[in-house]
Amino acid sequence: MKLHEYQAKELFRRYSVPVPEGITASNPGEALDAARRLSAYPVVVKAQIHAGGRGKGGGVRVARNDQEVTEAATVILGSRLVTAQTGPQGRQVHRLLVEQVLDLARELYLSIIPDRSSAALLVMASQDGGMDIETVAANTPERIIRVKVDPLLSIQPFHCRRVAFGLGLPPILHRHFTNLLTNLFRLFVENDCGLVEVNPLVVTGDEQLIALDAKIDLDDNGLPRHPELASWRDEAEEDPLELAAARAGLNYINLDGNIGNMVNGAGLAMATMDLIKQAGGEPANFLDVGGGANAAMIEEGFRIILSDPKVRGILINIFGGILRCDVLAEGIIQAARSSRINVPVVIRMEGTNVDKGRRLLADSGLELTTAVDLADAAGKIAAIINSGSRA
Amino acid sequence: MSIFIDHRTRLMVQGITGREGRFHTRQCLDYGTRVVAGVTPGKGGQKVDDIPVFDSVRQASEVTGADCSLVFVPPLFAADAILEAAEAEIPLIVAITEGIPILDMLKVKKYLAGTPSRLIGPNCPGLISPDSSKVGIMPGAIHTRGTIGVVSRSGTLTYEVVHQLTHEGLGQSTCVGIGGDPVVGTGFIDCLAAFEADPLTTGVVMVGEIGGSSEEEAADFVAAKMSKPVVGFIAGLTAPPGRRMGHAGAIVSGAGSSAAAKIAALEKGGIRVCRDLASLGRICKGIFG
Repeated sequence: MKLHEYQAKELFRRYSVPVPEGITASNPGEALDAARRLSAYPVVVKAQIHAGGRGKGGGVRVARNDQEVTEAATVILGSRLVTAQTGPQGRQVHRLLVEQVLDLARELYLSIIPDRSSAALLVMASQDGGMDIETVAANTPERIIRVKVDPLLSIQPFHCRRVAFGLGLPPILHRHFTNLLTNLFRLFVENDCGLVEVNPLVVTGDEQLIALDAKIDLDDNGLPRHPELASWRDEAEEDPLELAAARAGLNYINLDGNIGNMVNGAGLAMATMDLIKQAGGEPANFLDVGGGANAAMIEEGFRIILSDPKVRGILINIFGGILRCDVLAEGIIQAARSSRINVPVVIRMEGTNVDKGRRLLADSGLELTTAVDLADAAGKIAAIINSGSRA
Repeated sequence: MSIFIDHRTRLMVQGITGREGRFHTRQCLDYGTRVVAGVTPGKGGQKVDDIPVFDSVRQASEVTGADCSLVFVPPLFAADAILEAAEAEIPLIVAITEGIPILDMLKVKKYLAGTPSRLIGPNCPGLISPDSSKVGIMPGAIHTRGTIGVVSRSGTLTYEVVHQLTHEGLGQSTCVGIGGDPVVGTGFIDCLAAFEADPLTTGVVMVGEIGGSSEEEAADFVAAKMSKPVVGFIAGLTAPPGRRMGHAGAIVSGAGSSAAAKIAALEKGGIRVCRDLASLGRICKGIFG
């Protein structure tokens, strides 16, 4: 789960990681009020959406007086902000963060992520703050400092000094930096984070270290341990179909293609999407119904796929193990009877109770195409795509 | 022969009194696995399917001589269960649980590195040596005894692969699901090395997916150390970057973790990569048959 910048900064404050003075606003009046409560102009007005690249997209504006704050807030709020990370449809802005503008001497980069191959926590830092770190890593990898921290040892002052020296910080700032990184690390561990990123971490003209931006992704698996953070979820940032699927216990991702699909198991679902592509189509979604799916979940999965107007055909691929083929067949039959299925459906199933499942489908009187194996299923999907029209 | 488990394996089930634990214990027993103990703290003295339940792993292993543990404990308590098994020096721990927080797994992995225990999973279907022992949740009936090793990050995708192998008359020595999480106990390389050393295994099918770099590292290992033929499959060619495809570990981030990059690495390592899942069995027949 992603946090908004203002939420991440609230966590930073709780862990004594310095952030600029700032207040959130959801209408121009509140924005003006926020600006007046800050110590002085200029202020910066920042769109709060779950995507980076906001500055280049026009979502971050500096305002020097009351009028400029009102103007900036009016323009940004309610607009659909398009950035490098939002896709062409953009994201609607519902909230702003109004902050004091700082006097910057240097911009640094600092982040913490789990490193899957070494099973350590990886602290990354760079003198090239304010830039996209992937670009820095690609062009000037020597300018990135990496320090691995053993999760059983946790962070020690020597780890922090290694980063501070690597960043070329003056010795007068080392103690301050060690405190900051130690606190950031504690924040990461105590809140089950998946990513904490400060880009930029700034050194101000009067030699203060301040987190100018803040990005936090939480590990969804750890979220049950943090009910307060779970309540910070902003559903307006999520795809409505994905949200409906999550509520039904389905793992669904909305994609741009024309062939819907429903599969049990994530790996088989990915492989089925690839098969659709090889048959000449494009997958309209990823949908893993999981091992414990029941008839009602299958029905809900159908409803979600069919509510996507791009879908011209559906491929169902189930390898029955724990999920039995007869249960799947019942779900499909229920779904077909309750919601009008107006596109061709190809069903391939194998595994536990496959004969019973096939018999149920055959006896249902529904117009469903069954496939005996994956090659057969791919061929039947290709036929739908090549027919070029809805059935 | 087989790797990691065989007919002598003495299995305990952690979380045996839960719904899943109970169900799959029955399935393992029906397959012929020697299930000797169950563990659920606070339920010691009870029985599940005539199998004695103990309060702790240490007690269970001392009384029954169990040398392998299958973990069905819920996600927020699973790390503790794995650590308890490792502390009791259980040689093989197989964690089925999906959804363990990554920070818990980092600690588990570091701790296990200093013990003799091997962890398989988490978020995996377990492993099976056909006709000898099943320590997992896979449907036993699709497997046949034979000489092909299978190692995979996925569950049902592995069943599909095994089904095609069986259909082509290619039996399996052992099939290992190493799990779909970013941090897993046993990786591709451990399994490939074990298959290379196993006299009965004649070839290996390796099933990978987007995310991380374990397939690339495995490809280097195959090129340097393996004499047996390896067929590869990578899922996720159509997965968009930055989206997590179901498995916590399946996400394309940066240039290196995409399916295309992995396929290129596998081919460079001398692995025959099958690009079309529908023809995997046939390709294996051509290479192993």
